[in-house]
Amino acid sequence: MTATWLIARRELGAYLRTMTGYIIVAAVLLVDGVLFNAMALGGSDKRSAEVLRQFFFFSSGTTMIASVFLSMRLMAEERQTGTLVLLTSSPVRDREIVLGKFLSGFIFLALMTLATAFMPAMILVNGKVSLGHLCAGYLGLLLLGSATLAIGTFGSALARSQVLAAIISGSLVVTILILWLVAAITERPLNDVFMALALYQRHQPPFQVGVVHVRDVVYYLAVTYFALFAATRVLEARRWR
Amino acid sequence: MIAVRDLSKYYGERAAIRDLTFEIQRGEVIGFLGLNGAGKTTTLKVLGCVLLPTSGRVVVDGLEVTERPHEVRKRIGFLPDSPPLYNEMTVGAYLTFAARLRGVPARDTAARVTEAEDKTALRDVHGEIIGSLSHGYRQRVGLAQAMVHKPALLILDEPTAGLDPVQIVEMRNLMRRLRGEHTLLISSHFLAEISQTCDRLLVIQAGEIVAQGSEEELAAKMGTSGDIEIDVRGDGQRALDVVRGVPGVLDASVAHQESGEAMLRVQAREDVRPALVRALVVGGIDLLRLDRSASRLESIFIQLARGQQPAGDGAIQVQQ
Repeated sequence: MTATWLIARRELGAYLRTMTGYIIVAAVLLVDGVLFNAMALGGSDKRSAEVLRQFFFFSSGTTMIASVFLSMRLMAEERQTGTLVLLTSSPVRDREIVLGKFLSGFIFLALMTLATAFMPAMILVNGKVSLGHLCAGYLGLLLLGSATLAIGTFGSALARSQVLAAIISGSLVVTILILWLVAAITERPLNDVFMALALYQRHQPPFQVGVVHVRDVVYYLAVTYFALFAATRVLEARRWR
Repeated sequence: MIAVRDLSKYYGERAAIRDLTFEIQRGEVIGFLGLNGAGKTTTLKVLGCVLLPTSGRVVVDGLEVTERPHEVRKRIGFLPDSPPLYNEMTVGAYLTFAARLRGVPARDTAARVTEAEDKTALRDVHGEIIGSLSHGYRQRVGLAQAMVHKPALLILDEPTAGLDPVQIVEMRNLMRRLRGEHTLLISSHFLAEISQTCDRLLVIQAGEIVAQGSEEELAAKMGTSGDIEIDVRGDGQRALDVVRGVPGVLDASVAHQESGEAMLRVQAREDVRPALVRALVVGGIDLLRLDRSASRLESIFIQLARGQQPAGDGAIQVQQ
């Protein structure tokens, strides 16, 4: 665990010491802010709960995109710059490397998500927000971010460059995201399987209205686990090649 | 310290190294010589537990690398051909990170980092951002990260690559200072560096060890004792007569003479340097310099690279 935390701390420092992290945060806050004003606050009168649901709806999109960009550097940059050998020649297990990298991205993502809290707070000016709804929505965002970030870590482990990592991760996320479209054109029981595997369609909307299902939490944690497991396997396999 | 038996590493169908067998004793300084693509870096990466072998055994300090890589890595410091540096970190923060990663306890880390910085003359750039350092400093930071946890074995892949002459001398002196504290395995293209730093050479060609032994032993086996260069003050011809009278000298000539000084080039089947010094001093010649010509290792290396095998039964084995 010490090695995992050491790696996570260094990575987190790298996000904060370079422009990449700040640019991603700025872009997310800008897009979220514009969408919040245009979609949630704008238009006809809405109930506070509906405004909050819309906030979590578009935030889920920016969270997924930000996760792909945050994760693209995690492993690919180390390979690109030749620094991965510092970790692979140290007494650190491959799973600790992957977990440390993921953890840094997740902490950064959580800080970034927390920075959007001023938007739901603005609803309080003219309305009421349930704390449970707020917590459920943010839990959903963090779980979705965790799963996307883990898929991104896997893509980054596969790629030799950050651009390639972003392309691989983006493709994987979009593929899992649109599995519900595949579900729409398949018969039972296959359509149930595709629907259950889709990243957003079934699992995210409940969080946005303040409902937490255990099955959705388990789904996102399972995706995170399998993606990190696959990333670890990629790293291990590279020692044989 | 290291025992390698029938070590092979394949990249797909291509063998990067094939059936390597050699041993390195504790405290030895070993030079690893070979042309580009000969398999040096692959071998060093396997020894550094970065890559796993396709077949064969590598035992470091009694530990098999495929079975206990975690334990082996604690005993190894590895500097790859391109130092693994995080450009956005300061030297001190980077070395602290490397030390902690290699298992140095938190309470000892500051002292270890200071010690590594002292040895590699990095104290004055402790707070500098690595990305702003010159190539020479970056190479030293790379070396410092490899030794910060005081490993028993230091593996250095091309430690002087890209350095200017002054930096090369500094790095060479640094490696000399590490002698005795670590077992050193150094790969380099600079033959003079290998010649001046290492106790023993491993020569690899097309993925196979073609010779191993000290420079003298290799020279003797290859029939290349090498030239000796002598600088004297005064008449070169007089010195030449003295030199020709020394037993073991095959040939000698005055290479050039100017400004009252002469340089002689001597060929001998064995190392006759002590006898030459004695003869010249007794003969009343003002001796300014006497040294092996730097070209000896070069000629050994070229012969081996061309595929010429040393005399005797295959690879030269050296008993320690």
